[in-house]
Amino acid sequence: MKTYNLSNKFRIQILKMSNKTGAPHVASAFSCLDIVTTLYSSILKVFPKSPKNPNRDRFILSKGHAATAQYVNLAEKGFFSKKYLESYTNTNSFLEEHPNPSIKGVEAATGSLGHGLPIGCGIALAGKIKKKSFKTIVVLGDGECNEGSVWEAALFASSKNLNNLYAIIDNNGWQGIGRNKDILDLSPLKKKWESFGWKTYVINGHNENELKKIFKLKKRVPTAIIAKTIKGKGVSFMEDDNNWHYRIPTKEEILIAQKELKIK
Amino acid sequence: MRNAFAEEVFNLAKKDKDIVLLSGDIGNRLFDNFRKKFTNRFFNCGIAEANMTGVASGLAATGFKPITYTIAPFNTIRCLEQIKLDICYPNLPVVIVGTGSGLSYATLGSTHHSLEDISILKSLPNIEILCPSDPLEVKKLLKTAIKSKNPVYLRIGKKREKIFNNRKKFGKLDLIKKGQINCLLSIGPILENVFLASKKLDKSSISNSVYDLRHIRPFDEKKVKEIFKKYKKIFIIEEHYKNVGVFNSILHWSNSIGLDGRKLYSIGVDNKFIKFTGEQELARRKVGLDPESIYRFVKKIDDKSRI
Repeated sequence: MKTYNLSNKFRIQILKMSNKTGAPHVASAFSCLDIVTTLYSSILKVFPKSPKNPNRDRFILSKGHAATAQYVNLAEKGFFSKKYLESYTNTNSFLEEHPNPSIKGVEAATGSLGHGLPIGCGIALAGKIKKKSFKTIVVLGDGECNEGSVWEAALFASSKNLNNLYAIIDNNGWQGIGRNKDILDLSPLKKKWESFGWKTYVINGHNENELKKIFKLKKRVPTAIIAKTIKGKGVSFMEDDNNWHYRIPTKEEILIAQKELKIK
Repeated sequence: MRNAFAEEVFNLAKKDKDIVLLSGDIGNRLFDNFRKKFTNRFFNCGIAEANMTGVASGLAATGFKPITYTIAPFNTIRCLEQIKLDICYPNLPVVIVGTGSGLSYATLGSTHHSLEDISILKSLPNIEILCPSDPLEVKKLLKTAIKSKNPVYLRIGKKREKIFNNRKKFGKLDLIKKGQINCLLSIGPILENVFLASKKLDKSSISNSVYDLRHIRPFDEKKVKEIFKKYKKIFIIEEHYKNVGVFNSILHWSNSIGLDGRKLYSIGVDNKFIKFTGEQELARRKVGLDPESIYRFVKKIDDKSRI
């Protein structure tokens, strides 16, 4: 199945999970879903049967509230059975609303924002010391870039020449209760990352080829990828509507989404 | 204590290739030997403690034994959530070293005092807390910390502390001066003053023992139980806020197992910001932690019980 189709299948799955359990952040997950799916399908070298294999690439979803985007991919890869997705956030489920390191395939506890990139720096540094070739990829929210620790890590990564580290910023322009530019304006975001010493690309975050291309290039410095995305991507009535940061889809809304995405 | 730490971490790193030292831009010249010999295992992380703690987490998750080193308040409460979520939650073996703890940096003001670090860190699951009282103990407890599979907070002083506890064998909790009736139980560099107070008490014929409780969390419950049995009064002396520190831990524990907490007395710092300047000994005198104040406190309680 092509990444695009796979992502849309995941979208319906995530809507159903949210509807069943009442867990929010559907739009946040949809925004970075194409990125996360492309990473798991084509870029990350991971080992579902031996998740702690020391040569694995490390992936950290630092915007932990989009956990469903990672969970569906982990289940698809076989880190755990797909049947667990349905019980997500239910009593005694190991799949909490935010990723935690006891879940196979999850490297760090995220959900409190601004933690993923410093941890990613430590892992990338360890890779350098051990002369291992694995790469470390961290997906951050643009709202998350409000956190000071993101920029502490940005300074660290370039100072220590961590060219094995990638930060992908899911740049949908929204955060919790408003637009980035009306809260803490991040612009010019590309120049910010560049001035912190990162090789910075701006791509369409819903185009897998643009993302894949970047990983084929040789790197001298850490790489920042500003992925232009649409919050709630894929479903007409959710796209760019920040209410879906918290809203839970109804069964009727899921039917409409299924029609739009042509997924049963 | 700082020099003892630098010496010992150098020695340990020679044998253990997994040790990585991270500094929060302090220790001018202190780690020159280390950085020369282990060029790829020393990183100055700059003045960015939250990131340093996250980096330590990533290193530990990839098989290293990282040590973060900076001034106690900046390495504890400044980056508290990183300690909680990045280190304690996944239970990673990171050694967090807080230097200049307690009132070591008294003249620098409340920004540099660390009188709440034990209380705040002991509220987090998984972390062990070790408090050496002199340079020899720093070396011993650093070894213990490196061996541990859990996160460890190593609370040390500054420089030029005397070696007053010259012993070959270290337990988790040791008797360092033998007496009867009263027990003086203490931790960290303040033990030097406790020791002096103890000698003064001897001169006034107030019999007392001195114990060094260097492992604060977890502490040696068996030995503390013995102390409860053996002594009429137990004075807990700490260079820390007294309402939330070691006294508080032992009182809570004794209550939970039915020991008589009424024999515990607390000598520590009142829960107030200290607003004056002066060297550590002057600050200790102001808050009642100099040998004379400790002596008077114990004597007063002892006198009362004789009436």
